[in-house]
Amino acid sequence: MMLDNSEGYVTDDGRKIGAVVMEMKNITLRFGGVVAIKDISFDIREGEIRAIIGPNGAGKSSMLNVISGFYVPQEGEVWFHGAKRPQMRPFEVAQQGIARTFQNIALFEGMSVLDNVMTGRLSFMKTNILQQALWKGKAEAEENENREAVEKIIDFLEIQHIRKTPVSRLPYGLKKRVELARALAAEPKLLLLDEPMAGMNVEEKEDMSRFILDVNDEFGTTIALIEHDMGVVMDLSDRVVVMDYGRKIGDGTPDEVRNNQEVIDAYLGVSHD
Amino acid sequence: MPDQLIYAMEVILNGLMAGVLYALVALGFVLIYKASGIFNYAQGVMALFAAMTLVGIMNGQVPFSHLINATFGTHIHYFGWNVPALFAILLTMAVMVLLAWAVQRFVMRHLVGQEPIILFMATIGLAYFLEGVADLMWGSEIKKLDVGLPQGINLWIDESTFNIFGYGFFIDNLDVVATVIAALLVAALVAFSQYTKQGRAMRAVADDHQAALSVGISLNFIWIMVWSVAGFVALVAGIMWGTKSGVQFSLSLIALKALPVLMLGGFTSIPGAIVGGLIIGVGEKLFEFAIGPLVGGATENWFAYVLALIFLVFRPQGLFGEKIIERV
Repeated sequence: MMLDNSEGYVTDDGRKIGAVVMEMKNITLRFGGVVAIKDISFDIREGEIRAIIGPNGAGKSSMLNVISGFYVPQEGEVWFHGAKRPQMRPFEVAQQGIARTFQNIALFEGMSVLDNVMTGRLSFMKTNILQQALWKGKAEAEENENREAVEKIIDFLEIQHIRKTPVSRLPYGLKKRVELARALAAEPKLLLLDEPMAGMNVEEKEDMSRFILDVNDEFGTTIALIEHDMGVVMDLSDRVVVMDYGRKIGDGTPDEVRNNQEVIDAYLGVSHD
Repeated sequence: MPDQLIYAMEVILNGLMAGVLYALVALGFVLIYKASGIFNYAQGVMALFAAMTLVGIMNGQVPFSHLINATFGTHIHYFGWNVPALFAILLTMAVMVLLAWAVQRFVMRHLVGQEPIILFMATIGLAYFLEGVADLMWGSEIKKLDVGLPQGINLWIDESTFNIFGYGFFIDNLDVVATVIAALLVAALVAFSQYTKQGRAMRAVADDHQAALSVGISLNFIWIMVWSVAGFVALVAGIMWGTKSGVQFSLSLIALKALPVLMLGGFTSIPGAIVGGLIIGVGEKLFEFAIGPLVGGATENWFAYVLALIFLVFRPQGLFGEKIIERV
């Protein structure tokens, strides 16, 4: 791998990684007296699959929540597309082009798979309320356009057979995939995945890994994901941030991280004294 | 055709019309419940508040005049102008939107993620608060509301039924208008919630807050919108009931009549509110007509509640409500 800080780099499998999309600068997040994230900095580059790993309670999810605006850090700055991001609420962050999934799945249980994925397109609907209600002219064309985009994603993630099924009836693994589909429907500039493989069996994990790689490959989507299963992450990601007890203890390619003594200690456990 | 049957038909027709008015109130409940999971006890008071505000604006009444006079020792009650009905309705709608904003800003926003029962309690508080504000703003005397809706017997129905049956049905014009308006209202609401971006967002918010945020929906905006729509429905119901029976504080009690309608139709279904309203309307009129004389009358006071009780026992989710499935 060749590293060039300003222009990006080329991965071992020949993918071109671009400039920095998102940069976290000295983020500190506290809940009362508990420090969840302690002075962490890292960046995410265009087209990259970036992983944040660490043992349970390391602060990974907190970090993802900071990026997506659900948590507001006490210190530090978030830079997106070369500009410092002012304090934003989660829906504003989403409108900026950052889509996410949740560790515990947050879908609209009462709606069908298709409707769920369609909600991902809400910010693409520009016609006014009257046109939409009356189903006139532009509104129809717009709806069809969005529908097409959604169908493409549904095909891509191989969930055509459950398009009309209410989400509440789906098994866990498929729900995770629907959630990914909804996030993708927003055509995000940055896709955040919170433990996309948690609670899955081996086969489902393989499927999900394949989808994540395909999404990155096909749409060029920049992806940041959290996982505590080391094995999966190392195969998937281009660069890895390792967290432990709210601190960053490693950052680099999977190989670099794998050989980092502090990381090995965190995962295998050493006596802290 | 036997006379009894013809009378029964007239009763059914009148029942349908009364049912439409019940359905109008029930609709407001369903809307808020669907969109935010809150059972809005204040819906009836909102209808009262809307009606009082409308009358007050039309008559050019000075809001809070009692308070102002008591504080400053003045004697102002009226601006001395009359506002045309249509313009007054628009102004009242603006007040209802303002109310929606205030409810969201000062009450609901602080209760995000709380148990439904807490939210329900908050709406009870809101109901009494709003009743007090309505009293303070516009006074407590009974007022006549006339926005130019036709009233009195519908001659066309009277004549045509007379030609067919030899007996003219008495149907109030106001009820006919109410039916047409209710139909339009429902069509508009369905189109809104099914086909528009805001409607989709509203359903999404009702389902899952976090997920809604993650697809870029502003919860605040949606909630203000939902309360505004509920305010609009309350305004329509307030106009209808106010025209029919005068604008008075007992209007807020029509909310109680909406409860059996909701139990019948299900809390989550717009068509349910309509059908439930019609069933209650027809049911109580027909029961009064057929059984009433045998038991000394006044069955309309309790019939709806007994019907609702029976439904609660056998079909707790209502006719159109979402099925309650519990996994074990």
